[in-house]
Amino acid sequence: MMKRTECFRVLARHIKNEPVVSTYSSAFEWDAINPRDLNYLSIGAMGLDTSHALGLALGRPDKRVVVLQGDGSLLMNLGSLTTIAAAAPENLIHFVAHNGTYEANGSHPLPDPKIDFAAMARAAGYAAVFDFTDLDVFTQQVAHVLEQDGPVFATLRVEPSQPLTYDYKRIYDPAKRRAFKAAWQA
Amino acid sequence: MDAKTSAAASLSGAAIIAAIKASGVGFILSVPDITTSSGLLAPIANDNALRLIRVCKEDECVGIASGLSYSDKRALILIQHTGFLDSINALRGIAVEYKQPICMMIGLLQHDPEVVPRASPSYGVRIVEPILEAMGIAYHRISTDADVGKITPAIETAYRDSQPVAFLIARSPS
Repeated sequence: MMKRTECFRVLARHIKNEPVVSTYSSAFEWDAINPRDLNYLSIGAMGLDTSHALGLALGRPDKRVVVLQGDGSLLMNLGSLTTIAAAAPENLIHFVAHNGTYEANGSHPLPDPKIDFAAMARAAGYAAVFDFTDLDVFTQQVAHVLEQDGPVFATLRVEPSQPLTYDYKRIYDPAKRRAFKAAWQA
Repeated sequence: MDAKTSAAASLSGAAIIAAIKASGVGFILSVPDITTSSGLLAPIANDNALRLIRVCKEDECVGIASGLSYSDKRALILIQHTGFLDSINALRGIAVEYKQPICMMIGLLQHDPEVVPRASPSYGVRIVEPILEAMGIAYHRISTDADVGKITPAIETAYRDSQPVAFLIARSPS
């Protein structure tokens, strides 16, 4: 089983000018590992990270958009798999950190922690689907994942993390949204 | 029904679509609504000037519209009032707290267009305007052709000032 922070450190080495949309635990860990204006953190409602990312991807088909989602968030907006597959943005790469828990809300388990998200994405019609359980394999293949024509889906099977400090005021600061827009439109 | 009343009671879907286009909207985000199904959604689906994104649940529209706005791409959310009610938390966070230009066209299902929404026979319709007011979201009733002129300036204002707006479609456009 991988650690989310390890996966994100590997991913950070491959992220250049792509915006990264993330929320809750993924957002705090990603923004700590790779703080940058192109981190899109103001999601507004659990599960809508994929919807924001779809809007970004449709708005700028010339730029690749990465979303780092938690498994609880995906379950809350599971229909977005179908919406994204139907809209078929070639520039959208969708990672889901699967730890089986609602980590930001007390680490309670998902209704079924064993759910197979990759199978769901494949059935929904994503163009490319991956399922990673081993950090060495992820490290070897992450560049390949990011190069695929999308929509791309990748499950990262990770351990639950230790409780984080959730400073929502900081990541939802309006200044961060303004900085993102400036960087996105630059 | 006399001629004057008959004319006042019409609502042209083509005129609404023209107003949407005139406002610079390029994306329609929608879950089908029977009030607007044949008069708006069906012709929009066949209109190459508007890209229709069909979503599974209405709150997705709020996130997609927000993402599009960062590229200065304008979107209109076309949903039923039940979908608006289901999207309150997304609207709370994205439209109100983040002050994003979320533009909604909301069909009032099972509403009697001859009465104001607050007096609707439908409980769900009766609570729509009070909820919008409690959230501080501007809204406009679109009941007849005379109301269609409100659409373009209201969308322009929403994007200029980065704030949400709702249009309440009180009768089925023809």
